This record gives sequence, structure tokens and C-alpha cells, in this order.
Amino acid sequence: MNKMISRVYNAPTKAEGTFNGYLIGFILSLILTISAYFLTIKHSLSRNLLVVLIAVFAISQFFIQLIFFLHLFKDSKPRYRLLVFVFMICIVLILVGGSLWIMTNLNYDTSLSHEIQYMNNQGGGL
Amino acid sequence: MTVLTTTFNEQRSSLAVLRFDESNHFYDIANFGFFVYLMTDFVLFSGLFAVYAVLHNNTAGGPTGSTLFNLHNVLTETLLLLTSSFTCGLSILSLRHRNKHKVLIYLAITFILGALFLILELSEFKHLINTGNSWRRSGFLSSFFVLVSTHGLHILIGLIWMIVMFIRILKRGLSRASVRRLTLFSLFWHFLDIIWIFIFSIVYLYGALNL
Amino acid sequence: MIVASFWLGRLNSHIFPTDIITLGAALSILFGGVVTVIVVTYYKKWHYLWRELFTSVDHKKIGIMYIIVAILMLIRGGIDALMMRAQQATSVGTSHGVLATSTFQQVFSAHGTIMIFFAAMGLMFGIINLVLPLQIGTRDVAFPFLNLTSFWLFVAGMILINLSLGIGQFSAAGWLAYPPLSELKYSPGVGVDYWIWSLQIAGIGSLMSGINFLTTIIKKRAPGMKFMKMPMFSWSVLCAMTLVVFAFPILTVTLSLLFLDRTLGMHFFTAGHGGNMMMYVNLIWAWGHPEVYILILPAFGVFSEVVATFSRKRLFGYRTMVWALILITILSFSVWLHHFFTMGAGADVNGFFGIMTMIIAIPTGVKIFNWLFTMFHGKIHFSAPMYWFLGFVGLFTIGGVAGVIMAIPPADFQFHNSLFLVAHFHTMIVSGVLFGYFAGIHYWFPKIFGYKLDEKLGRVSFYMWFIGFLLAFIPLYILGFLGATRRIDHYSASLGWQPLFIIAGVGVVIIAGAVAVSILQQIVSYRNRHQLLDLTGDPWNGRTLEWSVPSPAPYYNFATIPIVHDRDAFWVSKNESKEKKRVLEITDILMPVNAPVAVYIGICAMLFGFSMIWHIWWLSIVSLVIFFIVLMIRISDENPYYLLSAQKIIEHEGNI
Repeated sequence: MNKMISRVYNAPTKAEGTFNGYLIGFILSLILTISAYFLTIKHSLSRNLLVVLIAVFAISQFFIQLIFFLHLFKDSKPRYRLLVFVFMICIVLILVGGSLWIMTNLNYDTSLSHEIQYMNNQGGGL
Repeated sequence: MTVLTTTFNEQRSSLAVLRFDESNHFYDIANFGFFVYLMTDFVLFSGLFAVYAVLHNNTAGGPTGSTLFNLHNVLTETLLLLTSSFTCGLSILSLRHRNKHKVLIYLAITFILGALFLILELSEFKHLINTGNSWRRSGFLSSFFVLVSTHGLHILIGLIWMIVMFIRILKRGLSRASVRRLTLFSLFWHFLDIIWIFIFSIVYLYGALNL
Repeated sequence: MIVASFWLGRLNSHIFPTDIITLGAALSILFGGVVTVIVVTYYKKWHYLWRELFTSVDHKKIGIMYIIVAILMLIRGGIDALMMRAQQATSVGTSHGVLATSTFQQVFSAHGTIMIFFAAMGLMFGIINLVLPLQIGTRDVAFPFLNLTSFWLFVAGMILINLSLGIGQFSAAGWLAYPPLSELKYSPGVGVDYWIWSLQIAGIGSLMSGINFLTTIIKKRAPGMKFMKMPMFSWSVLCAMTLVVFAFPILTVTLSLLFLDRTLGMHFFTAGHGGNMMMYVNLIWAWGHPEVYILILPAFGVFSEVVATFSRKRLFGYRTMVWALILITILSFSVWLHHFFTMGAGADVNGFFGIMTMIIAIPTGVKIFNWLFTMFHGKIHFSAPMYWFLGFVGLFTIGGVAGVIMAIPPADFQFHNSLFLVAHFHTMIVSGVLFGYFAGIHYWFPKIFGYKLDEKLGRVSFYMWFIGFLLAFIPLYILGFLGATRRIDHYSASLGWQPLFIIAGVGVVIIAGAVAVSILQQIVSYRNRHQLLDLTGDPWNGRTLEWSVPSPAPYYNFATIPIVHDRDAFWVSKNESKEKKRVLEITDILMPVNAPVAVYIGICAMLFGFSMIWHIWWLSIVSLVIFFIVLMIRISDENPYYLLSAQKIIEHEGNI
């Protein structure tokens, strides 16, 4: 009986990570955060490179935390969580990318855009 | 058939018969459902990020991000949240060893770090508002305040959740429901850390670069 | 700005309606409510209703409640439609019609909002609740308590939107409330706030339902039911719920930002101060386009079941049907700009979204052909659901072709905001969504209530809907070509539009008659229920699992969880030899207990919404605190289940 109870209590943690896993995730995240921070305030790199680097660091940290903290890729099969996650990423990319594309295009093409920009800068209404 | 009879609720002990596989299955379902909820929250934040990206140059003659943000303060916030994510993980690890004491200690540390984060964030807001740069100032500041404070609101909910769990574990021990909820909470907390990475990079670091 | 008091917020003595029509509507709703309360009290049914319906977490009962609310809202929205038709038929030349302009604006805003959010969504969630768990062979949804909470949030939103008739006014900014018109500067009243909060609350309920059903389908299918063995209706629900889960957060964000603009003076969508009103249009349609597929996919699922059952054939092209659904799910997130081609984007953007829109018509076309091929060589049994299906195929194809015409950006510049567009989307939503759910109600009614609906009146209702629809909307296609814009409340007599508007009005009256016939059908069927009784549990010679249980379906659904070997699980098992049938081993079942907390959460949500609309901040805090307390009460019960003994199940099964 005791054995069964402990199996019940362990069940939720079966897919969770180990201490080493959490530690690795933590340290890697720390390194990425702090390097992104110092690269930004030091201004030693060109701006374009910095923009790319910050994005790369953020995305790597995103995946590191998904792996070590959320254990996303350790799902037991069938991997429905992963499937939902991938679908979500697709939707987010479509949504954010599409919105930015549409809105940039609007700003570029709307003949009023310069006036709107001007009035915005004046802080007044149309 | 394996039937597990265990009383985990005094009031309803006569009803408290749970098939062993059903209990596991229920955990599995709750876990998946909560994960789907987190995905919807990702979409919600991505909407806010999209709005921020569209509006971040609409300063209406007001200040830009690079003149407003105190990056040092933000780094402290980031480190606090990251550490709290780590201690939250340790709390979950202690669950496995059924170590109630350790679970509670790590939970308390997570709470304190989260609360410090929130205090720092609020002091940043207060400073901005006092210097005349509230959300009313421009489209950029509106989107900044809403994006960051939506994350802050999630943190606040997480803090309340932690208090509730802390009291329950203290009173009732590591019951089945507490274990389940603590595991779901850890997902929530790690998720908030992930959102913060993007706020840190996109709002603050890119903001400092005047992107 | 209105000066707000502490206790009453923006409430004051001028909030009650003054024009006779709004006042009449508010009073009739109040009267209806009071009569209902008196009747229920007289027959001493409160306790029964509370225990058996309001707090029940049984998905079938929740489904019934959804459908009742949705039908009420369909009638409310239909009355709005009648008023609009009356206005447009009479307001010509020197006559100014029956409605004041401001009332007319509120009426068309309310019509769109109510029909989409409370009629169509309610019917959809109702049908899904009734059928889905039965069809995938499970005893309940993944989170029964959450399911009931979603329903009460839906009701809270519904009450708020109807409250706007009597207290304050409703939005006059159209069903999607585009800024800057919906901003505080141009809509200073509470109308837009009513719109925001009723949608926000109902929308959060829908989002939770989406998570719930998605989890149910993925995690709770009967053993052996692989994805490619899942019935078509369940597949369509899976896709629709995926859309709900990923689209509704965008609505939540958009509504919140508009609310913050109006209440805290932010500048997301304002004109000036760095706001960008086009971003609102972009965001609302990034939700809004998936939303139309959310409404229609489950209706496609209903038709798939209906056409296969009544043709006595397997669904033609099951695999292509599934892939068509999945394609629609993904593509529906990449066409949203076609709602605002005229907003000023460049040729490349418009071209891209135009092409995507045309592409999405392909999987939809595939589905139409598959249904037709299912009928081909089948033994077709013309029952009422089949009539709805045939009406759907004809009308939906017309509407779809009109949609593809509008997908061409330069052509859309002509049709944009014209009545042609109005006719197009009504064709899609009425013939697709409404006909689909009416077919579904007729089809699954015996499974829930144990008796069939009257066939003849069902057909009469269909014919009246069909003819009424043609009369109401074909004139609008023509008027659109002639240049009539949507939401027009007055036009010159020299245009010669009046006869067409009058025909459209007649059409709507016929539709109103059709709704009356549907109600009559319910009454007649109830009175003749002993003749219409369904004793077999399988009145239509069905193919899927829901027909394997007795009618009405027992509250635990399945005495034993079925094991699935085939796509048409029940059809195959019916035709198996008796010996091969599995010996049923009935065991105890864990059943969820009633959840009054869900009702309290709904009340809290309604109070919270009301306080946000009227700026009664203390009430917001109070409702949040109560919400927290009831949530704690719920959480403190760690085991909200009761044990249903095998003995009881055997007794119940024996009685049938």
C-alpha cells in the first residue's frame, strides 16, 4: 500500500528534471542575460551586430528555459505539448510578423502618414 | 484491478476512493490543460509585443526609451526573477523527496524574490509617473506600461497563488492536490520568466539602442 | 467628461431610456424576466433548477442551457434585424422611418454583437457540449467545473449586453467598434464600455471552453480511437477549439487596450498622441477572421455526420476532409487583412492576402464535393437535417463565390462596406452556421431528450427559413451593386431602392415566422413525445458512439467505456455478430459533484463588468474579493467527486 501511495505522489514529478538540470539552465541563463546586458551598455560593437546578438541570446535563453525548466522536450510520447507549442510559435510568428508587415506598409503607403507623424509630434489630435 | 483506497479528505472519506490509474490520468489531463492555457498566454503577450513594436516610435514629442530606462535597475529585476525561477525548480525537486520542509523554504525564497521584483518594477513605474512620463504621455509609453504591467500582474497573481499554497501545504501537508497545484504553479512561474526574457531584450535592451 | 460619484460612479438619473422603442424593449425584457420568476416560484421549481441545471456539471445539461440562452439571443437579435429592415424600408425621401438615427446605430451594433457572440457562439458551444463527450466515448469533459464556469461567464456577458437596453445605452460604433469612433472623444457614453465588457467576459468564457474541449479531445478519447478514427464532428471541434485557443487571446488584448484608452487615457488607438487606430483594425481582425471559422467548422462537422448517416454510407474522402480542416485551421490565421483591403496597404500586402483568401476557398470546396460524393450512390433518407444540409450546400456555394469575388483587392474597393458584403457574410453565417446547428439540434435531440422532433414542422421551418433567406438577402446583393452602403438609415427616393428594401423586409418577416414554427415544433413534439419516443437509442441508424448509449443519454454517459476499432465505431459494432461483442464489466465511477461556485463566479464577473462600465470602483474591488473567496472555497475541496456505485449503474441501465 505504501509503495502505491508513493507512486501516486511521485507521478507528477516523473517528467521533471534533476538538480543538475536546473543548475545548468540557471547558469546558462545567467551568462546569456549578463552578457547581453554588458554588450549593450559598453557600446563596443556595431549597432546592427548588437541587435542580432541580443536576439540570438534571447532566443537561446528561451530554448534553454524550455528545456531545463519547462522540460518541454522530455514529454512522453505522443508529444502533444510539443505539438501545441510548435503550433503556437507558428501563430505568433504569423501574427507578429504579419502585423508588423501590414503596419509598416500602411505607414509607408498612406499619403497622410507624414502629416500624422507631424501631428503626433505636436502632441495634438487630428 | 488495482484499487487504491486512501483517505485524503476527512469530510468525504467515504467517497474518497480513487482508482490509481484515474488519479494519474487526471494529473496528466490537468497538466496538459494548464500547458494549453500557458500557450494562450503566450499569444496574449505576443499581441502586446506586436502593439509595442508598432507604437514604440510614436513618442508624440515625448521621451524615448533610451532616455527613460534605468538598465541597472532592470538587470537587478531580471536576476531576481531568474533566481526565483531556479528556486521554484528546487522546490519542485524537493517534492520528489517528499520533503515538506524544503518545499516550503524554497517556496518562501521564490516568493521573496518575486515580491522584490514587483517592488522594483513598481518603483520604476512610480519614478516614471512622477517625472511626468505616465501612460498618458504617448502611444509609446502606453504600450510600454501595459506590456510590462501585464507581466507584473501575472507576477502578482503568482505571488497570491504562492501564499495560498504555502498555507495549504503548511496545514495539510503534501496532499495530492497540493502536489498537483505546485507543479502547475512551477510551469506558470517559469513561463513568466520566459516572457521577461523578451521584455528585457526587446523593451529594455533594444530600447537602449534606440531601435 | 461626466463627473463620477464615489458610490454610484457614472450612474445618474438620466440613464434610463427615453425613446419609446428602447423603453418598450427594456420593459418587455423586464416583464419576461418577472413572469419567468413568478412562474418558477409558483411551481416551486427553484430548488430543482438550481440542483439539476444551474449548478450541474453534466455536459449535456450545460449544452441545453447554452442552447436555450442562444435561442433567446437569436430572437433578440432577430427583433433587431426586423427593426433595421423596417427602418430601411420606410426611411426614404421625406420620411425618416421608424427609428431615430442614434437608436438605429445602437440596433445594428447590438444585432451584430448579439448574433455572433451570444447566438452563434452559444449554439456552437451548446451543440459541442451535448455531443462531443458522447461521440469520443468519454464520461465528461476534461474540466467539468471549468465548463460550467465558462457557461456562467457567457451568461454574465449576455446579461450585461441586455442590461444596456434599460440602464444607459449600447454602443453605436458597429459590431467591432472601430476607433477613433469608439474612443472616448467620439463615444463619451457608456455604450462602448458595455460592448467591451460583455464581450470581454463572454470571450474569456469561450477561451476557457476552448482549452477545455481541446484537452478533452486530445486526452480523453475512448481507447483505440486514434486521431484518424475520430468522427468528423469531433475533428471539426478539435480544429475549431485550436482556433479558439489561439485567436481569443488576441480579442482579450484588443478589448483591454480599447478599455484602457477610454478609461485611463492611454493612447493605443487614439487620433494623435502617438496612437494608431489602424492597429486596432489589424488586431481585431486577426481575431475576427479565425472567429468566423470557429463558428463554421463545427457546423461543417455536423453536416458531415448528417450526410453520412442519412446517406447510409461512409463519409466520402475522410482523409481529405481531415486535411481540409487542418489546412483551414492554419490558413484562417493568414487572411485577416481581406477585411480591410481599403485601409491603405500597398499592392504587395493586398495581393498576398487576396491570394491567401482565394487559397482558403480550396479546402472548403473540397469539403463541399466530399459531401456531395457521400450522397452519390447512397440510400438517401430525406429527414429534416438533410433538408438543412441541402439548403446549406446551395446557399453556401453562392455566398462562397461572392466571397472569392471580394477576395480580389481591386474588386473589393467597390464592394467594401456595401450591402453586397452584408449579403455575403449573412449567406455564409446563416446558411453555414445557423443551418448547421439547426440540423444538429434536430439530429441529436432524441439523444438528449429521448424523443424525436416533429418531422413535418421541421421541414416547414426549413422551407420558411430558406425562402425567407432568399427574399431577405438576394435584394441586398443587388442593392450592394447599386451602391447602397451598409448601415444606411436614410436614402433618396430617386435611387429607386425602396422596393428591394421592402422585399428584404418581407423576407425577414418570413424568417421570423420560421423561428415561430421552430418553437411550435418544440411544443408539438413535446405533446406528442409518447409517439415520438426513441426506444432504441439509435433513431437514425447512426454510425458514431453517441448512438450506442440509450436515449436520453444517462448522466454517466457510458456504463462501460467503449473500445474503438473503426472510424464508424458504432456502425461496425452493430453489424458484428453477437458473439464477438465484448462482455461488459461495470465498475464504480467517480463523478464530479455540483458546483454552485461557478454560478457565483458568473455573478462576480457580471458585477465586475458592470462596475467597470459605470466606474463604480468600490464594486470592482468587492466583486474581485468575493471572486477570490469563492475560488478559495472551491480549492479547499480537494476531492470534488462522488462515487457512483456499479450497483446503481446496473439499476439505471436495467430500467431502460
